[in-house]
Order: sequence, then C-alpha cells, then structure tokens
Amino acid sequence: MNMQVRCWFTVLLAILGCSAFALAADQCLLCHQMLEGKLKTPTDTWAEDIHGQKGLTCAACHGGDANTDDMMKAMSRAAGFVGKPARSRIPRLCARCHSDGAFMREYNPSLRTDQLAQYRTSVHGKRLAAGDTKAAVCSDCHSVHEIRPASNPLSTVHPLKVAETCARCHVNGEYMKAYKIPTDQFAGYQASAHYAAMANRGDLSAPTCSTCHGNHGAAPPGVASVENVCSTCHVFQAQLFDESPHKKAFAAMNLAACIACHSNHRIVPPTDAMLGTGPGSICLNCHAEGDAGYAKAAQMSQSIAELEKALANSDAILDRAERSGMEVSQPKLEQGEARENLIKARVNIHSFDPAKVAEVVAAGKKLAAKTYRAGREALRERDFRRKGLAISLITILVVLFGLRMKLRSIEARQAAQADEANKDSL
Amino acid sequence: MGSLGQVIRRWLDERFGLESLLQFAKKKTVPVHRHSVWYYLGGMTLFLFVIQVLTGILLLLYYRPSPNEAFESVQYIMTHVKFGWLIRSVHSWAGNLMILTAFLHMFSVYFMRAYRKPRELTWISGMLLLFLALGFGFSGYLLPWNTLAYFATKVGTEMAAQVPLIGKWLLVFLRGGEEVTGATLTRFFGFHVAVLPGLTTILLALHLVLVQKFGMSVPESVERQWTATGGQRREMPFFPNFALRDLMGWYIALGVLGALAALMPWELGVKADPFASAPAGIRPEWYFLFAFETLKFIPAKIWFIDGEVLGVLAFGIAGLLWLLIPFLDRKPGERWRVFFLGLGVFVVVFIAVTTLPTLIASLVK
Repeated sequence: MNMQVRCWFTVLLAILGCSAFALAADQCLLCHQMLEGKLKTPTDTWAEDIHGQKGLTCAACHGGDANTDDMMKAMSRAAGFVGKPARSRIPRLCARCHSDGAFMREYNPSLRTDQLAQYRTSVHGKRLAAGDTKAAVCSDCHSVHEIRPASNPLSTVHPLKVAETCARCHVNGEYMKAYKIPTDQFAGYQASAHYAAMANRGDLSAPTCSTCHGNHGAAPPGVASVENVCSTCHVFQAQLFDESPHKKAFAAMNLAACIACHSNHRIVPPTDAMLGTGPGSICLNCHAEGDAGYAKAAQMSQSIAELEKALANSDAILDRAERSGMEVSQPKLEQGEARENLIKARVNIHSFDPAKVAEVVAAGKKLAAKTYRAGREALRERDFRRKGLAISLITILVVLFGLRMKLRSIEARQAAQADEANKDSL
Repeated sequence: MGSLGQVIRRWLDERFGLESLLQFAKKKTVPVHRHSVWYYLGGMTLFLFVIQVLTGILLLLYYRPSPNEAFESVQYIMTHVKFGWLIRSVHSWAGNLMILTAFLHMFSVYFMRAYRKPRELTWISGMLLLFLALGFGFSGYLLPWNTLAYFATKVGTEMAAQVPLIGKWLLVFLRGGEEVTGATLTRFFGFHVAVLPGLTTILLALHLVLVQKFGMSVPESVERQWTATGGQRREMPFFPNFALRDLMGWYIALGVLGALAALMPWELGVKADPFASAPAGIRPEWYFLFAFETLKFIPAKIWFIDGEVLGVLAFGIAGLLWLLIPFLDRKPGERWRVFFLGLGVFVVVFIAVTTLPTLIASLVK
C-alpha cells in the first residue's frame, strides 16, 4: 500500500468514527439545540439536570427514539413518542422509574421509591386524582429540565429553598382562591424562630414546610396529629404535655396542642411574658382570676422570674469581678450549669405543674447562689489586694524617703570631707 | 578577740582575698554627667531578672507542663494558691518590663556609643542576653497553654520556618514535630527553665565581669566638655552613692510591679483547643510585633523569592549587623557619628511605627 492510499484510509476511518460517536449521542438534544424559543430551552439546562448527568435521554420521559437524527423516526408515535406529557400523567410518568426499586438501585440505592404512593395520600395527589390539574405535580416542585438532587443548594427542594418553592403557589391569592385556604403561611414562617434558625444560622436541620407537612405526601397535620409532628423535635415538651391536664382539656375543646399557644407557621421565639398573668400572657386566653389554672400560671411565672433574677445577679457580680481582672472562669462555667436549669424550667412549663417547675428552679437557684458567693469572694479578694497594694506602696514610699535622706546625709558628709581635704591641700 | 563579724571577715579574707575585693568596691566610681540616668537601666534589668528567677522558682512548685494539666495548674495557682495570683502576675509583668528595660538599656548604650573599644564584647554579651530574654518571652508565653498563646506560638514558629535552608528543620526542632502539640509545650518548658537560664547565667556573669573591668563609658561629648574645662572628671562612689540610687530605682520598680499585679492581674484566657479555629486578632507579644507587622507588608513574591523568606532573611542580617556594630563603627569623624546616630534613630522610629499602632489598638479593645 503506498503512502497516499494509507492517508486516505486514515481520514475515512476518522470520519466514520466521528459519525458513529455523533449518532451515539442524544439526537434530540443535537437538533433542539439548533432551534429557538421553548423548543430550545430544555437543552440549555439539561447538562445541569441529574437525569442528563446520569446519561438518560429525552426519550426516557418523552418517548420516541433518541438514537436517530431522522426527525420523523425520532418523534414517531410508533416509537412511543408522547411529546409534552399531560400534567395528570406526570406523577405516574416519574414513578415509572422512581417507584422501580431495582431500577433506582442502579443510580441511587438510598433514594426512596414510595414517592407516588406518598403523593397519592397528599392533598395535591388527591386533588389531581379528582381531576384538578392545578394541583401540584412532581415538576412543579422539582422543576422540569433542571432537576437537581435535594442536597444541591441550587435545587428547588434544597432545605433552604423548600419554603420559597411551596410559596410560589401558596402565596398566590388568585391561584389559591378556589381552595379557600389562607395565603399568609410563608409570611408567618418568615417571622418564625424556625425560619431564623434556617435562614440566619444556616441550620439545615431547622424545620421548613416539608418537615411538618411532609414532602410528597404533603397535607396539613390534623388537630390530633399536631403534637406528634412537633414532638419529632420537641420531645420533652411533648412528653410533659401528654401527662398534663391540658392534654384532655385541649382535646375536649378541639384545640390543637402546641399551636394553641405557639401558633403554627408564625412560631415566634417564646418569651417568659407568655406565661403568668401579666400583659402578653397566653394563659389568660383560657384562664381567669380565681381559677386554679390562673394561680398555677402565676406560680410558675414567679418561679422562673426568681431564677432569672438570681442568674442576673450572679452574672453582674461575676462580670464585675472579671472586669477587675479576677480569675472567675470556674464560677462562670458553673453559671452555665445554673442557666441550663432555667432552660429545663422553661421546658417543664409544659407539664403545667408548678411543683415540677419549682424543683428545677430550686436547683438552678442553688447553683446561682454558689456562683454569686464566688463573685462576692472574688470582689472581696480584689479589695484585699488593693488594700495590700496601698500598704505596700506606702511602705515603699517610706523606704524611698529614708534612702533619700540617708543618701543626702552621706553626700553631705562626703562634700564636707572633700572641702576639708581641699583646705588641707591649700 | 573581735566580734563574730570580724572573725568571719578574716576567715573569708584569708581564703578569698576579701579585703582586696572590698578595696576594689570602695574605689569603684561612676561618672556623673547629664546622661548618667541611663546607667541605671542595666541594674534595673538585672533586678527584674532576679525577680523573674525567684517568682519562676515559686511557680515551678505548682506548674505542670503537659497539655492536659498546664492550663489547669496555672488556673489553680491563680485561684487557690495563697498569693499565687501575685507571683504569676509579677512573673508575667516583670518579664515584659525586663525586656522593655533591656531594650532601653541597649538603645542608651547605642546612642552613647558605649560599645566602642574596649567594650565590644560587653555590647555583644549584652545583645546576646537580650536575644535570650526574647527567647524567655517566646517560650514562656506558651506555658499557660491558653488559646492566644497556642496560636501565637503557631504563628511564631511558622515565622521561624521561613529561615532559608534550615527553616523546616528549625520548625520541627522548636515544635518537637510538625504541629504545636504537647511535645512543643514540654520542649518550651525545658528551654524556659533549664536551657535559657543556664546560658543566661554564663553570659550574665561575663557581661558583669566586663562591666567591672572597663567601668562605665562616658559619652564623647561629655569627655570633650571635661577636657575643655580643665580635665576635672565628676564622679560618685559606686558604694554607697550609686548603689543606694540603684536600690531606690528597684523599690520604685517593685511598687510598679505590685500595682500592675493588683490592678491588672495577668489574664489567663481560655484553654487552648488545637482543633478550634484561630481567634481573630492573633498576634505575638509586643516585642515581636515589629517583625510580625513588617512581614505582613512584604508582598507574597519579590521577583522569584518568597516574600516572607526574604523578610526573615532581612531581619536576620539586620540583627547580625546590629550585633556587630562595635566592629562597623570604628572610623573616627563627624560624618560616621552622624551616620550611626541616624541609623539608631531610624531603628527606633521603625520599631515604634510598626509596634505602637497594633499595641494601642489591642489595648483599647
């Protein structure tokens, strides 16, 4: 074979190789990338989509044949092309893969495969089943051609984004009008302690919409279930509440536990003013002067206030001692333990039993008294040091004065001797 | 038969020639002129060193040099040991004051050109003592094992790692490994209580012998004035005149130390946590600030050389030249006098400009 033939053979092989590679790629993408408008848009983000990254083609959802560059063959009904899936079909379409445990195991074995089953129990799923195509389907929350794992901060279902995603529909008064539900949930959530923890502190474990309502099975928890939902995090409060007289009373009045006092979406950080009989007390919503609950509220409030005052006094004296340069790190550490008792006492309020609150308050006050004594001792020691310093300085001044006088007398004598010597020499 | 004192004196004289020593002390004089006040700085530094030795020995009774116990033992000294707070605070304050007086002593000697022949070795031994004092400060700073000390030591030893050729070896030698750990603490403790005191004792003895041998240097301007006015030198006897004045200075220093310890006890801080991130505003002790701040201003790369390496190299060379000043300032003449005066002023201004802003900012905070 001469040189020229060899070169032509090499070029031919290269062209065939490139063609084979081109045909192996998703032909839908190659064509749609050259189109404009909404027919091109899906191709812009497909590289970011988890499905695109895992090598799935458009045909996986839209049907057809992604391996041919012949448009008629690629989008033929015979090849199963469905075009844009109807909204009502989307959950089942996604579930073809996502409910198939064996298939999902190949990509993400830890991903649950019960989303469709959950969805069917949700308000969204039930409404869709009833023919309401306005109800949210998979693509409303997860996006369409830009689906990212929930762990990706850019995902619409990342913990930091969930509330915004839900709010896209739920703050829209016009959209939600037919369902006769409020549209202030997002505003309320944004004012809550939960949102502050999530957005301000970046605590991704803080509750967002799906934490309380579920994600695929999203539905409002019923009155009877509220306590169960809150207790997934607030365990001790729920246990105490279960044993308290309020459990039965709230059930009888059809009041949702937790929510009755703390609200639902607008769960602002609780304050001690919420307890007791003063202004801002929520106990007074049900109790009035003269009833047992009123007296208990006053007692618990009084206990908490006493511990707070004791802690404040200890803080003040320890801070004063520290500012004076005294070493008070140990009592400050113990002060932290005393403060834990205040937190425990606030938790014990949910028993609505003044004795249980008083028991923890007493332990806290005992520790606070100990740290206060340490602070007082530190200040006494500071005063002792200052008195000692004053005495030492006075002693030093007296010695300095004595030395000065001694020096002066020595130098006077030396000068006199020198004068004598001078006179003698003259 | 004389008194017991006379017996002891005779006994000592027979064996050690006490009388000749006393005669030397009696004849020893100190020049009196307008710059005489600077003569007291050496004695003051020595007094503060003695305070350091005494308080250091007392601290040794309770201090435990291990990462698990160091902080707690210092905390115990500060809170439970009778007058432990006073001993620890005096030790820390006296250490800083000693370095301050040593610096002042060095600059006073420099500006009076007291390092010239025949006092070259006095200057060198004094400079080496100052380096040792800085070593005492650096090694002692880590011993309470608190957060600031831990991270400042980390930064300080990283600076040592920039020394060309031996930097990496020096880092491992100082730290006892790649990181600042318990090995560093025990190593620094060893330096602080054994190696540095041993070297200091030898150098201090040499320095004092040289001072006795050559006496106090008189500045050229004073010498010229004395010559112009008939050659009459004004002097005072060392004993008791100068010694009593020294004693008065020491009493004042004692009062200042007591006041600092009682009104501003040396704080303990928070126990070091090697896994925590470094707190903001980490800086070395004030006497290393000039080098620390200067290194910050040097660009990361100068030509192809690493900026920090160049900075450390420059400080090393500058330190060496400063040490060898007596051999560089040998030529007579007004031009050289002005040159070395200007150099001294530049060094003082440089140290002040690089140290004071950060120091004042941290004190205000």
